[in-house]
Amino acid sequence: MFGKLSWGAIPFDQPIPLFAGAFVVAVMLGVIAFITIKGWIPYLWSEWITSVDHKRIGIMYVTLAAVMLLRGFIDAIMMRSQQAIAFQSQGYLPPEHYNQIFSAHGTIMIFFVAMPFVIGLMNFVMPLQLGIRDVAFPTLNSVSFWLTATGALLINISLVVGEFARTGWLPFPPLSELTYSPGVGVDYYLWGVQISGVGTLMTGVNFVTTILKIHAPGMTYMRMPVFCWTALATNLLIVAAFPVLTATLAMLTLDRYLGFHFFTNEAGGNMMMFMNLIWIWGHPEVYILVLPAFGVFSEVVATFSRKPLFGYRSMVLATLAICLIAFMVWLHHFFTMGAGPNVNAVFGIASMVIAVPTGVKIYNWLFTMYGGRIVYATPMLWSIGFMVTFIIGGLTGVLVAVPPADFVLHNSLFLVAHFHNVIIGGVLFGMFAGYTYWFPKAFGFRLHEGLGKAAFWCWFVGFYLAFVPLYVVGLMGMTRRMQHYDVPEWHPWLLVAAAGAAVILAGIGFQIAQLVVSIRDREQLRDVTGDPWMGRTLEWSTSSPPPAFNFAFLPHVESIDDYWRTARLAERGLGPTVEPVYKPIEMPRNSPTGFICAFFATFAGFGMIWQIWWLVIVAMIGAFATFVVFAWRDRTEYEIPAEEVARIDRANRRARGEALVRAEALS
Amino acid sequence: MTAFQAGADYGDGRREEARGPAAIALDHTDPASKRIIVGYGFWIFLLSDIIMFSAFFATYAVLSGETAGGPSGKDLFDLHNVAIETVCLLLSSFTCGLAAIGARAHNGLMYYGGMAATCVLGLGFLAIEIHEFVGLIAQGAGPSRSAFLSAFFTLVGCHGVHVTLGTLWLLTMIAQVFAKGYRADILRRVLCFALFWHTLDIIWVAIFTVVYLFGAGA
Amino acid sequence: MSSTDDYQPLHGADHAPGDETMGRHEIAEGVVGYLIGLGLAILLTAVSFFIAGTSLVWHPSIPIALVVLAIAQIGVHLVFFLHITTGPDNVNNILALAFGVLIVFLLIVGSLWIMYNLNQNMGPMQMPMG
Repeated sequence: MFGKLSWGAIPFDQPIPLFAGAFVVAVMLGVIAFITIKGWIPYLWSEWITSVDHKRIGIMYVTLAAVMLLRGFIDAIMMRSQQAIAFQSQGYLPPEHYNQIFSAHGTIMIFFVAMPFVIGLMNFVMPLQLGIRDVAFPTLNSVSFWLTATGALLINISLVVGEFARTGWLPFPPLSELTYSPGVGVDYYLWGVQISGVGTLMTGVNFVTTILKIHAPGMTYMRMPVFCWTALATNLLIVAAFPVLTATLAMLTLDRYLGFHFFTNEAGGNMMMFMNLIWIWGHPEVYILVLPAFGVFSEVVATFSRKPLFGYRSMVLATLAICLIAFMVWLHHFFTMGAGPNVNAVFGIASMVIAVPTGVKIYNWLFTMYGGRIVYATPMLWSIGFMVTFIIGGLTGVLVAVPPADFVLHNSLFLVAHFHNVIIGGVLFGMFAGYTYWFPKAFGFRLHEGLGKAAFWCWFVGFYLAFVPLYVVGLMGMTRRMQHYDVPEWHPWLLVAAAGAAVILAGIGFQIAQLVVSIRDREQLRDVTGDPWMGRTLEWSTSSPPPAFNFAFLPHVESIDDYWRTARLAERGLGPTVEPVYKPIEMPRNSPTGFICAFFATFAGFGMIWQIWWLVIVAMIGAFATFVVFAWRDRTEYEIPAEEVARIDRANRRARGEALVRAEALS
Repeated sequence: MTAFQAGADYGDGRREEARGPAAIALDHTDPASKRIIVGYGFWIFLLSDIIMFSAFFATYAVLSGETAGGPSGKDLFDLHNVAIETVCLLLSSFTCGLAAIGARAHNGLMYYGGMAATCVLGLGFLAIEIHEFVGLIAQGAGPSRSAFLSAFFTLVGCHGVHVTLGTLWLLTMIAQVFAKGYRADILRRVLCFALFWHTLDIIWVAIFTVVYLFGAGA
Repeated sequence: MSSTDDYQPLHGADHAPGDETMGRHEIAEGVVGYLIGLGLAILLTAVSFFIAGTSLVWHPSIPIALVVLAIAQIGVHLVFFLHITTGPDNVNNILALAFGVLIVFLLIVGSLWIMYNLNQNMGPMQMPMG
């Protein structure tokens, strides 16, 4: 009746997961109770949960990422503290638990922090930058988000019911096969990642179509902001790479559930094929993560240097080059596994070549800053911090791209330090820069600047404290994922690394404080005009937050950085003088399809994990029925009347006009 | 006026001038029509599906020799059945094309006739394939026998699952046109269905070549 | 909800992939296209099956011949059933297809090359115990 599920699935005998699980459940129930008592459920349902508005969906993605960052970071603190004390001792985390922690840490950080953060930012910003009203398939967008949330939910359920995988963030066979991982841990991983992977693939299709087919009039491809070009490259990579992940995880699932022999030890299975396929996905994945960050920096550096981005064309070419070469380097993740010198050489050279377009980008950002009037606001600090940190991380990457060097460094802490260097220095710093930069646009008030700077410095210093020791200790020969060790030379370095983690914790504390204080002081931090930073691209022409329809009229674009051009014209009194004739606007209707689909997907996934087959069948019928009901609806859009459009637009124009008058009075 | 067709009027008389198709083709300076957006989006999805199939193809190619002492393709494949399956799918692509023309022309005979014929041919294909699979399992050549058979069943079975889902979709499209007429959004879905069905036939060309013809010959 | 026939895109800029190319009432023209495609595809299929089973063709060339015939048939499908042409209104469709083909090529050829090398470098297989 309940498959493999029983009361024994709850870890009553393990204090740490029991306590952690109880804490999470308590927080969740508390939040739900709070929302219910305050009467916010109807509002949340109609304005957020069923929303198909790219802005709302983007905000929900980033919220998911932020919450999961806390969970993933707690895993990191546990790992650092364990390694700090586990010198000639077992530490406080037994191996079976430690293995789940590093697996959960990686899985959560990549799939449920970095991906949602990146997709959330692209969701919010890209349509506004293109001067359009929404993405190509708004309801599909909602489905994508809720499927991602389903994946995150399943991973979190594993903390309370059952166990998580012990195989690392990529479940290599034969360890991940049923013979060696008979529990439900790997199944939680497989279904959580597979379901959210479907959501991500849908996003890829959605955004590629949007960027290539829906632009404001006059916006040719070569007038798109660089963030949109990086978004295009990212989503092309998603469309190309995620199907391989789907196929590979499906094959492992078939091995585990139906006794197939793709990657098993016996009957001809070839576990190296898993390595090959998973890294065909895995390498493009890291470019999926970092390219949007590059896009953020292109926007932020140009804005805060008060100069157009240097070398627009070479930026576009570099982005597309990275997109293509990303598919030609994947073997460098398994140099040591016997492909031989010829194969290793080809992929090693390709891995070094891919550093070149990234170098082009760095030079372009530097040349943008050179000769500009730089404003050291928080987003710019994150950008400069990124440039320093990412270059170091990239250099260590080129180092491990050399096969003979990699034979020494593969799976050592040097490698761990390298990829955290580029992911934290590149992706996370980029996401924090974007978060700070676009927060006023999303919510109508800026974030507290002082706390933002404090957060940056803690993260920056903390990062180096936490990870430079790992480079050292990796060169000394320490392997990754060690639950305990007895080499005395490593111990002091790991203590420093733990201290670094504590400094990063302070950084996160400042970020939370920043959010709380900013909400409390939002009237002082209010963004009245919609353009708090003197922006260059079209999103800054809307109010903060933008109305549901984004633009009363799709802007007519004549150049790159078209908003900068029209804003400077307006300052000189040369803006439009005639009030336009407002027309009614049709927008897509909200729909519960996404949420309900994900609801059924959650039960289907849970049923699959615990082998509760009747639940799986019921849930899949439910999901199919949801889809048919959605396909049968007749009214897909609603109309915003012209007077409403006029009222909203007039208010924004008035606010901007008043701000101009105030600015002139001051000067 | 729909959201994506709003005109741009800055109030100062500027408008987008008419330009030749070649200049516009690469520039794309206006939001495209819904039919193009939906068609292109589905095209991109199909490309991702083809890439997923390639992963299964690559796995099949790598594992096709791993018979673990059991039967190989030469021992198992019946090319007569494969030929019949191929003809079924090919004819179904043709009838699907007729249905698409029927939808374009709002011609009920062509649309319903074409869709019905496509459905029958698709079900015929599935019947033969299921019969083949059941037979293989019965003689101990199921997917858990060897890596080769795992790869075979997964690749060919994945295609079969797609055909099954396509058939369900087909029936839904018949019902939708019947219930709501040749409405623009329904016709967009018919376009997507036709794209899907033709792509499945393209994938079958690769399957019967690489799996069956190579396998039976080797 | 717009119920207008939106087959003709704005400005004639682009062609939806897979969309019919004939006018709304030129049914015969459309059917002829599909008939030609069907005929060519059946021909190519028949030749493939024949080649696979015959001893008339030099044996080592059979795999290449089959691949060439398959690619040709896929081309027939693309042109006659999916109406993918090389006109300026199809540029985005072709670019997407080319990108997909490139990825497929890298995936399959890359995997085969890598796995072949890995298998070569593996020692002789012992019979598994379990």
